[in-house]
Amino acid sequence: MRVIVLVKQVPDMERVKFDTEKGVIDRKSAGTEINPFDLNALETALQIGEKTNSEIIVLSMGPHSAEQSIRDAIARGAHKGILLNDKKFGGSDVKATSVTICAGIKKIGNFDLIIAGMQSVDGDTGQVGAEIAQILKIPHISFVEKLNEFDCNSLTVTSNIWEGIYLKKVKLPALITVTKDINIPRLPSFKNKMLARKAEVTVWGYDDLEEHLEESQLGFKGSPTKVKKIVIPKTAHREGKMWREDYSHAVDNLIEVFKCRKILEV
Amino acid sequence: MTEKYSGILIFAEQKDKTIHKVVFELLSEGRKLAEQLGVGVYCALLGPGGIDAKELIYRGADAVYYVEDDEIFNMPDELAYSENLVNLIKTIKPEICLIGATSLGRSIAPRVAAALETGLTADCTDLRIDDDGKLIQIRPAFSENILAHIVSDKMPQMATVRYKEFQESKPDFNRTGEIVSFNSIRPMDRTFEFIKELSRKETDISDSDVVVSVGAGIKNSEDIKMIYELAGLLKGTVGASRAVVENGFISREHQIGYSGNRVKPKLYFACAISGAAQHIAGMKDADTIIAINTDPSAPIFNIADYGIVGDIYEIVPMLIKRLKEINQN
Ligand SMILES: Cc1cc2nc3c(=O)[nH]c(=O)nc-3n(C[C@H](O)[C@H](O)[C@H](O)COP(=O)(O)OP(=O)(O)OC[C@H]3O[C@@H](n4cnc5c(N)ncnc54)[C@H](O)[C@@H]3O)c2cc1C
Ligand SMILES: Cc1cc2nc3c(=O)[nH]c(=O)nc-3n(C[C@H](O)[C@H](O)[C@H](O)COP(=O)(O)OP(=O)(O)OC[C@H]3O[C@@H](n4cnc5c(N)ncnc54)[C@H](O)[C@@H]3O)c2cc1C
Repeated sequence: MRVIVLVKQVPDMERVKFDTEKGVIDRKSAGTEINPFDLNALETALQIGEKTNSEIIVLSMGPHSAEQSIRDAIARGAHKGILLNDKKFGGSDVKATSVTICAGIKKIGNFDLIIAGMQSVDGDTGQVGAEIAQILKIPHISFVEKLNEFDCNSLTVTSNIWEGIYLKKVKLPALITVTKDINIPRLPSFKNKMLARKAEVTVWGYDDLEEHLEESQLGFKGSPTKVKKIVIPKTAHREGKMWREDYSHAVDNLIEVFKCRKILEV
Repeated sequence: MTEKYSGILIFAEQKDKTIHKVVFELLSEGRKLAEQLGVGVYCALLGPGGIDAKELIYRGADAVYYVEDDEIFNMPDELAYSENLVNLIKTIKPEICLIGATSLGRSIAPRVAAALETGLTADCTDLRIDDDGKLIQIRPAFSENILAHIVSDKMPQMATVRYKEFQESKPDFNRTGEIVSFNSIRPMDRTFEFIKELSRKETDISDSDVVVSVGAGIKNSEDIKMIYELAGLLKGTVGASRAVVENGFISREHQIGYSGNRVKPKLYFACAISGAAQHIAGMKDADTIIAINTDPSAPIFNIADYGIVGDIYEIVPMLIKRLKEINQN
C-alpha cells in the first residue's frame, strides 16, 4: 500500500506573540514545528505501515523552511518526503491549498490512503482534508479517534461525530482526518535522525505540477476567501479578586457570588 | 454574476428527526442579514420523513426545501449529505450559505464548497453585511488568539458558524412559508461499507450553565468524586483539562479546551488547572471564572474573576459543606 500523510509546518504556538495594540502576530520569534495533529496523522500511518508493509510518504506545501518538518517526519519513520513550494502558491486559502496538494497527490499517484490532521493550530479551519477528498472524488472520515481494523482494501475506524461515536468501514482509497486521541506519536529514533539528515527531500513547483493544475487556481488569485483584517481581542476585563488565606472568608464570598449570579436560588 | 445568486440558505441539521438548536440560532441571525439585504431565508432540511418542517417556518424561514429519504440521512454519511446539499444549492443559488459548525457540519461543508468550487470560512463567531452587500465573516484563528475578518469573492459565500454564538429565534406561529419537497439523490458509488452508531453523547457539556473542571492537581480518579459533588450542588457538569483525560481519570467527553469542548457557561470553576493556552481557548468566554490553585503564579488567575490560592483538597470540601448547609435551610 501507499499511504500519504499531509503535514503542515506551523509556528510553535507557545512562543507566538500577539500584539493587542498593533494587531500583529509575531511569528518570527516563535520557531516552527510540525502541526501537532499531523504528528498523530503520521503515527497512524506508521502503525498501518508496519502491519501492511506500506510506503509512507509525507507531503507538505509551504516555504522552503518546511523541509525541516519533512526531515523531522522522516526521522520519525516516514520513508520519503515531498515539498510543494513555489512563489505562485503564496497566499493560498483552503481551496487553493487543497487544489495544489491534490496536484501533488496525483503526481505521486497510486495512493491507497491519505491521512491528515483534524485541523492546523494556525489557520485552524479543519477544512483541507475533506476538500481534498472531494476533489479526488474519494470518501473521507473526519475526527477519527481509533483505528479498529485495516487491510489493503478497507479500513474500519471510530469517528467522533454527530453527537455520537460511530464505527465506519470504508473501501480504499479514502482519506481520514485524525484527532489527538488516536495515539501518542513516537519520537524520532537516533538511526532515523541520521537517515533524515541525509535524506533527499523532493521539491515540486508549479512547473512540475502543471499537468494537474491551472495557474488561475493557485495562490492568492485562486483563493476565493480573503483575510481583510485581523483583530487581536483584548482579554475580557475580569474582576481579579484573590484570596490567599482565610479560606472560610473566601468560601463565604464565593457563596455570595453564586447567589448574585443566580447559580444558587435564594 | 452576483445577480443570479439571491437569498440565504441555512443547512437544517437534524438527528433522529430532531433539529439541532444551532439551526434556530442561524435562523435568527440569518433573518437579520436577510433584512439588510432585502432577500429571503431558506432552509435545506435533509432527513427522513416525518420531521416537523413547519417549525423552521415559524422560527424564521420563508421556505424549507425538504429532501426526504428514510435511508441515507440516518447516519453521518458525508457523501450522501454533501451530494444532496450541492444539488440543492445549484438549484436555489443562494448568495449566502450557512452551516452550523457542528462536527457533522464541519465535515460536510468542505466537500460542498469544493464541489461548488467556492470559498468556505470556518467556524465563524460573528457575521456582518458590508456597504457592498457582501458578507463579512468573523472567525477566531491561531488557536483562538486572533479574530480574522474574511470576505469571499465567489458565490455562494459559505461559512460554518459556531453553536451558541447567537440567540435562538422564537417561534411565531403566525408566520407562513412554503415547504418544498425535493428528491434525494443516492451517491452512486457506495464506498462506505457500513456506518454504525456505538454510543451517543447523553449530555452536551456546552449546554450547561455551570461547569466545574478539574486539572492535574487531582491525585486519582477516586478523588474526582468531590468535584462531582460540588458540580451537583451547583447544578452543573464536570469538565476536565486534557492532563486529567490523558491520565485516564475521566472520559474524553469531559475535556474542555482547544481540542475538546468549547463552553460558555454562566460560571466556570477551575480546580487545580494551570491555565495553559489550549485550555483557556475552551472556556475564556464564560461569564464568571473562579480558580483554585496552590501556585499563585498559575496563568489561570490572569483570567479569573475570583481566585483562591490554596489546595483543592482543603477548599473544595469546605465549599461542599457550606453549600449543603444552605440547601438544608
Ligand atoms: C487568520 C487566518 C484565517 C483564515 N481563515 C480561512 C478561512 O476561513 N477559509 C479559508 O479557506 N482559508 C482561511 N485561511 C487560509 C488557510 O489557513 C490556509 O489556506 C492554509 O493553507 C490551510 O488551511 P488550515 O491551516 O486551516 O488547515 P486545516 O484545514 O486546519 O488543516 C487540516 C490538515 O490538513 C493538512 N494540511 C493543511 N495545510 C497543509 C499544507 N500546507 N501542507 C500539507 N498539509 C496541510 C494537515 O494534515 C492539517 O492537519 C486563513 C488564514 C489565516 C491566517
Ligand atoms: C495541540 C494541543 C491541544 C491541546 N488541547 C487541550 C485541550 O483541549 N484542553 C486542555 O485542557 N489542554 C489541552 N492541551 C494541553 C495543555 O497544553 C496543557 O498541557 C493542559 O491543559 C494542562 O492541564 P492541567 O492544567 O490540568 O495540568 P498542569 O499544567 O500540570 O497544572 C496543574 C495545576 O494544578 C495545580 N495544583 C496541583 N495540586 C493542586 C492542589 N492540590 N490544589 C490546587 N492546585 C493544585 C498546580 O499548581 C498546577 O497549576 C493541548 C495541547 C496541545 C499541544
